[in-house]
Amino acid sequence: MSDAPLPAVPYLKIPDDGDPYLEGQKCGSCGATFLGERSVCSKCGTRDQLGPVTLPNSGKLYTYSIVHRSFPGIEVPYISAIVDLDDGTAVKGNLINVAPDPDKIEFDMPVEVVYADALGRKDSDGNSYLSYFFQPK
Amino acid sequence: MTDAYIVGVDMIKFGRFPEKTVPQLGSQAALMALDDCGLTIQDMQALYCGNLGQASGMVGQRILQEIGQTGIPVVNVANACATGATAFREAWTSVKAGLYDCVLAVGVEQMGKGLLGGAGGAKGIPKEGLLGSGTMPAVFAEAGMEHARNHGTTFEQFAKVSVKNHHHSTLNPKAMYQIETPLETVMNAEMISYPNTKLMCSVNVDGSAAAVICSEAKAKELGLMSRAVKVRASILASDPWQDRDLVMPDVNSCTRKAAKEAYEMAGIGPEDIDLIELHDCFATAEILHYENLGICGDGEAGRMIDDGEVALGGSTPVNVSGGLLSKGHPLGATGIANIYEVSTHLRGEAGGRQVEGARFGLTHVIGLGSACGIHILEKV
Repeated sequence: MSDAPLPAVPYLKIPDDGDPYLEGQKCGSCGATFLGERSVCSKCGTRDQLGPVTLPNSGKLYTYSIVHRSFPGIEVPYISAIVDLDDGTAVKGNLINVAPDPDKIEFDMPVEVVYADALGRKDSDGNSYLSYFFQPK
Repeated sequence: MTDAYIVGVDMIKFGRFPEKTVPQLGSQAALMALDDCGLTIQDMQALYCGNLGQASGMVGQRILQEIGQTGIPVVNVANACATGATAFREAWTSVKAGLYDCVLAVGVEQMGKGLLGGAGGAKGIPKEGLLGSGTMPAVFAEAGMEHARNHGTTFEQFAKVSVKNHHHSTLNPKAMYQIETPLETVMNAEMISYPNTKLMCSVNVDGSAAAVICSEAKAKELGLMSRAVKVRASILASDPWQDRDLVMPDVNSCTRKAAKEAYEMAGIGPEDIDLIELHDCFATAEILHYENLGICGDGEAGRMIDDGEVALGGSTPVNVSGGLLSKGHPLGATGIANIYEVSTHLRGEAGGRQVEGARFGLTHVIGLGSACGIHILEKV
């Protein structure tokens, strides 16, 4: 078991000295950004031109759904959100610290990426995980 | 290249049949389609079988074990919710290519109840409810809310889709349900993923549908032209790159691509289409496809549902079968079931829900991942 929390997804990076961040892979040919490592750009097909970039912790709400029914054991309701970060990369996650009410949620509302424990979820080895969330700025 | 015709087509009444096997369900529709044109399995030169749940289970061959092992080639296909349409298209392709002149396509599915999607990866911890939702009601809710953001579409307009399709299904004895659902009933049903309530989610059912496709010469030789339906276009598209692809399955761009190609192949436009069976897996999805299929301009879908233009009796009736919302959505069968529905109208045999004078009809399915299948059919 790891003493420090593990990243919930591979594109969440936890440096030894510094704050966690989301990492994208940017195509050096067409500029498309991806979450997760790859060697070929699926936008333009260029090979071996993808390199890591640190994604901004700031963006705007693009679209969402308020989830009232999920699989057994998953706490509801929660807001499933798609956010366009300031560099244009789209990321999906939970929008927190907003009432799960369509009257309280506005398209394009400014949000920030925050990092916190993965809702207490642990893997079969007992490891804790660090995840990311969106909250209004 | 020869033209291809549907000469026999049918579907079972959708429902829940846990006592039957998948091949038994598929066999029922296969025999019904053969009976519809008076042919037998001995007349078929190939079988194209669509099924998702047992994609590695050789369902097509097991259907032949039920209805006659003639030794013909069998191709089993899986393509998410476009599975049935893909099997039909493979059958069509073989006739167009001149390889065969009389083939059978079957789509079949046996479903459980409950949510689809969102299972996530096996490594680490479950991501559902941590990094948003991968459940289908939520994914299609997000796609609907994108339309709301761009065009001001309301919860009530999305709900009206469900009212319309449930009303249509009261006229379809092969639909899972024949129950009127007034607007307040739809809007006050259990909220699954806003804005989709339970009555705005398609019904998981068991079902099967099948079609016999012939070349023009063969259809004439067999004397089957009087009830034949001409396949004017068959298109399959995958999703072209979009900026939000990694986090937001895109049902729009692949539908637009497939629709454009289908209208070109058929040599007609959306204004010529008399009825449409489209992929209303969720009420939010149907709204998107009015625009994606070009029956109205961008931003006009809300008006289409408000004005009743997409209801039976309107300018372009959509999902007069009841759609996936009320007829039911057996994933692998849906793509052929909607071909059955449109064919039945073109033959003038749709009874109380008949779209009068229908000459051209369009069928559309979307499999997330993504695959879009569109067929344009013409009355002979």
